Amino acid sequence: MDIRKVKKLMEMLEESSLSELEIIEGEESIRLSKATNVLSQNETNQFPVSHNPINPQITPTLNETAESPLEITGHEIKSPMVGTFYEAPSPEAKPFVKVGDSVKTGDTICIIEAMKMLNQIESDKSGIVKAILVENAQPVEFNQVMFIVE
Amino acid sequence: MIKKLLIANRGEIALRILRACKDLGIKTVAVHSEVDRDLMHVRLADETVCIGPADSRESYLLSSSIISAAEITNADAIHPGFGFLSENADFAEQVTKSDFIFVGPRSETIRLMGDKILAKKAMADVGITGIPGSKGKVTDDIKESKKIAKQVGYPILIKAAHGGGGRGMRNVDKEEDLEEAISMTKNEAQLAFGNDTVFIEKFLQKPRHIEFQVLCDNFGNAICLGERDCSMQRKHQKVIEEAPAPGLTAEIRKQMSELVVSACKKINYIGAGTFEFLYQDGKFYFIEMNTRIQVEHPVTEMITGIDIVRQQLLIASGEKVGYKQDEIEIRGHAIECRINAENSETFIPCPGTIDQFHAPGGPGVRMDTHIYNGYKVPPNYDSMIGKLISYGNNRNAAIRRMSNALNEIVIDGIDTNIDLQKKLILDTEFQKGGFSINYLENKFKRENGSK
Repeated sequence: MDIRKVKKLMEMLEESSLSELEIIEGEESIRLSKATNVLSQNETNQFPVSHNPINPQITPTLNETAESPLEITGHEIKSPMVGTFYEAPSPEAKPFVKVGDSVKTGDTICIIEAMKMLNQIESDKSGIVKAILVENAQPVEFNQVMFIVE
Repeated sequence: MIKKLLIANRGEIALRILRACKDLGIKTVAVHSEVDRDLMHVRLADETVCIGPADSRESYLLSSSIISAAEITNADAIHPGFGFLSENADFAEQVTKSDFIFVGPRSETIRLMGDKILAKKAMADVGITGIPGSKGKVTDDIKESKKIAKQVGYPILIKAAHGGGGRGMRNVDKEEDLEEAISMTKNEAQLAFGNDTVFIEKFLQKPRHIEFQVLCDNFGNAICLGERDCSMQRKHQKVIEEAPAPGLTAEIRKQMSELVVSACKKINYIGAGTFEFLYQDGKFYFIEMNTRIQVEHPVTEMITGIDIVRQQLLIASGEKVGYKQDEIEIRGHAIECRINAENSETFIPCPGTIDQFHAPGGPGVRMDTHIYNGYKVPPNYDSMIGKLISYGNNRNAAIRRMSNALNEIVIDGIDTNIDLQKKLILDTEFQKGGFSINYLENKFKRENGSK
């Protein structure tokens, strides 16, 4: 089972008021439950969980284990295209930026590879990098938030 | 067998493709624009990728985004649906160059059929005649054009070579109007299709639109699944389609079947395709070939019992066409009414939230749609939100079922053309069958005239 999928399911369970989640997909199945003090309310879920697999959307997993995701404020730098995110110009090189670095508008902050072409993505804001929300070599979709700069 | 397929489309056809994938155990990747996150097929797909903003030019029409999405999800194949990039030869070529299977014919075939002048010539070479007209494109020599037009005989039609689907055409009734008509059509063609090549054809006064469905594999097998009559049109857009064509004899069907099957084999066609004809005074005139699945494919599915999209996926996976020609049986009659989010009288598109949806059902009633209670129809795409299909042992039975289904269906919250469809199903000429492609527009003119 795709670890990204599992991570995503864990996040979704964490954020919801459900206490247990079981997904059966063909021959694979996973069951997650959380210890919770929240009174179980009857919440009607938008997606019928019992039969359909939850969409494992290709969305970011946080690098830091934040208790409440995205409490970090600031300008979001989003992916302008579909492709694979790379934090450094090449596998052996240092990443373009780390959390805490200062960047200027126009600085290259990452590479997105699409159709065998490497595209340098520039920051559209000057400030300090508060968060990097994607992992190296992770697929990104259009408008996916990658960096937060303030 | 294809293991993972990327659906490069949206709405109703994307859901249709997803259903065929699930039927075959193929994993699905749904690409979507930002405003399409809540499409039903996106909610049901195994993986989803947002590929761009609402504007199709930056999402559904952007080859690179779609192929990129296939790369990051490790899809094996891409199904283009209809519209968008489905008949874009460059896209098909790029898909195969990027090592994905394109569900459709080879890019060379798409390119050939995409140029109406070349397509006409290729068809003439294999015995399928087109509408009388200019041999090639209209040149800058207006004297030459006037000569051709005179020979063909007014009224004539100026047609864009890279148009299609009813777009890029202009009537000319007399010679005085010819020069300006050519110039205007060329301009429009340049804007709409990026190519201003135009040609001349005789304008047929009262033709019916009859098309033939084919399925071909990579082993030289080709079969014809019969014809559809799509003469109920408004501004060249189909409103109601049916199969088989009322009044067409088994003899004629067999002749045309053999003709189109032979043409397929000669051009090495692969996949599902449709040969479109205008039928007048007992003669079939070839207009164009659609090298993709069509909106109205369900009516053919109902009368033959064959799942055309499933066949597309099997053929693309390298399988042979699932049936021999002598196994194809036309049984009963099917009608399809396109359901559009538009006002029944003004035809103004009506996006918005559907707050109540009830689909009709029961024997002989099929609803192909992606809408659901609470779904928001976005303003950015064409207004078709579904298709209602009826089937019966004969045409009257199919009409009765359609009429009942149209009375049962509920779509509240937005305007739809359901009222118009109800009227058309009860229309006397429709019930007789055999009306021409001008029928609906003339009917509107008469009704508006008498208001």
